[in-house]
Amino acid sequence: MPPSDTFFTASPEWHWWVIAYFFLGGLAGGSYFLSALLDLIGNERDRHLSRLGYYIAFAAIVLCAPLLIIDLNRPDRFWHMLIQSERPPLPMFKLWSPMSVGSWALTVFGAFTFVSFLGALTESGRIRWGLARTLNDVVRRGRLSGLFGLVGSAFGFFLASYTGVLLSVSNRPIWADSSLLGLLFLTSGGSSAAALMLLLARRSPNVEPEGVRWLSSMDVSITIMELIVLTAVLISLGAVAPVLLASVWGILLLVGVVVVGLLVPLLLHWRPRLLGNLSIPAAAVMALIGGFILRVVVVLSSEAVQHIASSGGFQWHV
Amino acid sequence: MAEAMGFFTDTTVCIGCKACEVACKEWNQLPSWNGGANTLSGNSYDNTRRLDGMHWRHVQFIEQFSPDRTQQARWLLMSDVCKHCVRAGCLEVCPTGAIIRTEFDTVVIQSDVCNGCRYCIGACPFGVIEINPVSHTAQKCTLCYDRLQVGLTPACAKACPTASIQFGPVRELQQRAQARVQQLQSQGVKDAYLYGTPGDGHTEELGSLNAFFLLIDRPEVYGLPAKPKMPSRNLFSGSAFSIVGALVIGLLGVFNFRQRRMAQTGDGHS
Repeated sequence: MPPSDTFFTASPEWHWWVIAYFFLGGLAGGSYFLSALLDLIGNERDRHLSRLGYYIAFAAIVLCAPLLIIDLNRPDRFWHMLIQSERPPLPMFKLWSPMSVGSWALTVFGAFTFVSFLGALTESGRIRWGLARTLNDVVRRGRLSGLFGLVGSAFGFFLASYTGVLLSVSNRPIWADSSLLGLLFLTSGGSSAAALMLLLARRSPNVEPEGVRWLSSMDVSITIMELIVLTAVLISLGAVAPVLLASVWGILLLVGVVVVGLLVPLLLHWRPRLLGNLSIPAAAVMALIGGFILRVVVVLSSEAVQHIASSGGFQWHV
Repeated sequence: MAEAMGFFTDTTVCIGCKACEVACKEWNQLPSWNGGANTLSGNSYDNTRRLDGMHWRHVQFIEQFSPDRTQQARWLLMSDVCKHCVRAGCLEVCPTGAIIRTEFDTVVIQSDVCNGCRYCIGACPFGVIEINPVSHTAQKCTLCYDRLQVGLTPACAKACPTASIQFGPVRELQQRAQARVQQLQSQGVKDAYLYGTPGDGHTEELGSLNAFFLLIDRPEVYGLPAKPKMPSRNLFSGSAFSIVGALVIGLLGVFNFRQRRMAQTGDGHS
């Protein structure tokens, strides 16, 4: 008997383009909501740090759409995700399909990141366009700033997590055997984004140390949360978990994600003197590597465990 | 809407002739695999291997032989096909609207709308759909939608020489299938049962199947899941966990900010 009914299904063969998208989507969403949070509750001095997050979010989101389009078997029809091809220009939207909602969320979030990116460039004096300044005064400085930040954060949270929900809303091994993948990707996106912001903040002389300390404490909090969620995911997999953990993907998960991506960065945050000045950058780099490996393991192990189960003595034909 | 139409596949009378596979390929102009080169799978007489974008019918050859051939020796043959689920996972997740339910209650992929995102492939609980390498879109059995529209029988059912594949209104087929199960059981085939009819104990979550089967062994033996499920079963819980997670991260942000402020105040006092 196979360990789950999900082992009777076919693979959509989502590979490296999708893995890269999941990772960058998590980074974009995570860095945006951390920056928006800083704008909402922080002070004027934290703006240097929040701008850094908006730069990351925009850079990552610019890469996301091409990655998704390349992965389609008919890239020329990418617009069918958003527009009803038989009845243009009516929108194509299915609330119960995570890919449909995600396509719209990516589009809308792209607009939020672009406005915030322009605002950040304007504030830092890198551009002096009148329109950009007006936009920034309205949505990031004016009365609408709170609402803009909240809505943008909500889309950021969505983008970081919906990819995991999308995997769970399928019938594939591992993906559909747990409903916690959305939460796992959300925490991973948050910790990876905090790590990258910490890494880049070291190269930005204007960033205030208070903001860095806040970001560091957020990094630690979200990493601990990620560790708890990952444990819960493995428990929720039930009979599928032993098949995963006994494979090379299980080893990669435990070594690459748990040890390299979570435990060692936590240790370096807890004992920063271990590597001196290199502790925080090393922790950040390892957290980023761990975040990427997490996507690799979650996406690729689904096909692998099915292959292992079907060739490893399960009685398909008795 | 016209009456729901479907297939009743009686696996006990299938002889493995593969006429259904050939008729399907011919009518639907499906390409050959591997450039037409004949490669053997090594799995009995099954060189089709599985259902995919080029094979919309697949005759399974299941050999049940004990090592010395004295305890057990039988073949199970089944012409597998898309189940045209009453609640279809593929149709549910399709983001482009390419997958539709027809007036015959069948499920059809519109090749001119599909953009090859492949979400339906992982959502199908039976592994029926795959990409067709010619059209580069997801494809599967259409239950010969074009033939149905002009009142013809689907090609596979028309070609089947033993009436293993029967086509007709689903209600009528279900009654015929129940009668066949009773007949088999009265003849001593006690394991005969229907997979894909209402109340079968297997496919309730999908609301039964418009293409259903008469089987004489467990569903897994035929490569069918015992309890196929809808992909959306994880939608609410997965979204709820993510929303709670987002709120916790937001609260952590506020909490950590308060800690920072208190530390600053402390520094100021000292």
